[in-house]
Amino acid sequence: MAKKKEPQICIVTVTGADRVGIIARLATTMANANINILDVNQNVMEEYFVMTMAVDIVESKIDIKQIRKKLDRVSKEMGLTITIQDENIFKVMHRV
Amino acid sequence: MRISVEEVFETVGMTVDHHFDIRTVTLGINLKDCMDRNIERLTRRIKNKITNKAKMLNEYADATEQKYGIPITNRRIAVTPASILLEPLDGKISTAVKLARAMDKAARDSKIDFIGGFGAMVQKGMTKTDKVLIDSIPRALSSTKRVCAFINLASTQAGINMNAVEKVGHTIKDLARRTPNGIGCARLAVFANVPEDNPFMAGAHHGIGEPDFSLNIGISGPGVVRDVVLHNPDCDLTQLSEVIKRTVFKITRAGELIGREIAKLMKVEFGIVDISLASTTQAHDSVAEIIEAMGVEQMGLPGTTAALALLMDAVKKGGAMASGNVGGLSGTFIPVSEDSGMIRAVKAGTLNLQKLEALTSVCSVGLDMFAVPGSTPADVLSGIIADELSIGVINNKTTGVRVIPVPGKKAGDMVSFGGLLGTAVVMKVPKKGCAKLIARKGRIPSPITSLRN
Repeated sequence: MAKKKEPQICIVTVTGADRVGIIARLATTMANANINILDVNQNVMEEYFVMTMAVDIVESKIDIKQIRKKLDRVSKEMGLTITIQDENIFKVMHRV
Repeated sequence: MRISVEEVFETVGMTVDHHFDIRTVTLGINLKDCMDRNIERLTRRIKNKITNKAKMLNEYADATEQKYGIPITNRRIAVTPASILLEPLDGKISTAVKLARAMDKAARDSKIDFIGGFGAMVQKGMTKTDKVLIDSIPRALSSTKRVCAFINLASTQAGINMNAVEKVGHTIKDLARRTPNGIGCARLAVFANVPEDNPFMAGAHHGIGEPDFSLNIGISGPGVVRDVVLHNPDCDLTQLSEVIKRTVFKITRAGELIGREIAKLMKVEFGIVDISLASTTQAHDSVAEIIEAMGVEQMGLPGTTAALALLMDAVKKGGAMASGNVGGLSGTFIPVSEDSGMIRAVKAGTLNLQKLEALTSVCSVGLDMFAVPGSTPADVLSGIIADELSIGVINNKTTGVRVIPVPGKKAGDMVSFGGLLGTAVVMKVPKKGCAKLIARKGRIPSPITSLRN
């Protein structure tokens, strides 16, 4: 049996004005690329939308550079700021 | 433990809003195995060795940048000091210039903007080849675009080689005359106690105590540190030191992760993280503005040295906690042209040669990108260098000088060096200095290291 690949977890952040369909749009983008969403943390503060999303890109059909491009397109269309970074950067920076 | 939303946004904010970047990834390459008695064979081997690895460096740095979403601003190469490579050759200046041109071409072919290591270690004395190398610097740097030169003129172990200090005063003037606005001098740094693993240009080289390859990282985050200081306007200085420490811990960790990953991909040894705060010409990415955020009205006014000492100490403590591989220069750069706050302070008259010299006793790395009138005599340049290096020698630390005598300019004039190098105000320096002292030559003996008051 083929060995299961190690997960490669990235954190996506989204900020901007709240509107209908932000999560739907992101979820569709992820699903089209075969990226598994592990966790979503979302909040609306004074009409300001703040979200972090943990995704596993190990089975993704496209590499992180192309994922970033797709997210950039979403951010332009919906007027949001979107970032994606490998989870390890947060672990090393915030855990002793 | 899961990463909280606040922690995620703290990291995102550092890169998106406060210019946190990996300032440089520098690959050190040992070229001793390329040595030959024939210059053509030497340059051919060097070219092969450098271009092969440099292409990988660019490729993997791009991939790592994408993965972690943190920009890697510069990718550079540092090599074995050129004076060693030149030893078996014919001792002609033209041969040294050929070597510099070969280094330049190798860098250009592999899309590397700067290659460091065209230099010599002469703190105790100069070999015939060392002298040739120093004499070749004006021609070598004025006929190349990417080659950086360094000369280690002094060390705590050996003292200050005043024969070489005297010579370098003339070298700098000659180099300035050969390049527009003296810009070639931005690629020449002279040092006391030069580190062998420094990833920052112009002083980067791959020291003789280094392995075949070594991947060194220079992080930078003056903008991030300034932001954290601004967010703590009322805390006392002990607490301020704590918050700076914590911030530097985080950015050092990020640097080490990225450095280790690129080293692993390239199958080379990971060297060091240099935790120097390095300014850029971008707004707010300024060391002077950190000092001002701490409460000094303008960089250079009373209080500046104390504030810089606190900052520097907190940076080192945070960095040393984050990584066992902290090395290189690991200080705070205070380049006069590359830091918008420094430029403002010079224009306002709060920052001058004397204050800059004082500041370098509590931070690295010395008088950096320091423009002076083109008419400044060579002995005054040598005197400024000797003063600065003696601070390093006595205090057991690295100090350096990167001085640019701008032809045709006088004190107070502005000069634009373009791009990363920024704009400098030509500083006022005395027209006479220490001609007799410099003419004595010899060596200032190594200092006593006890009785340290």
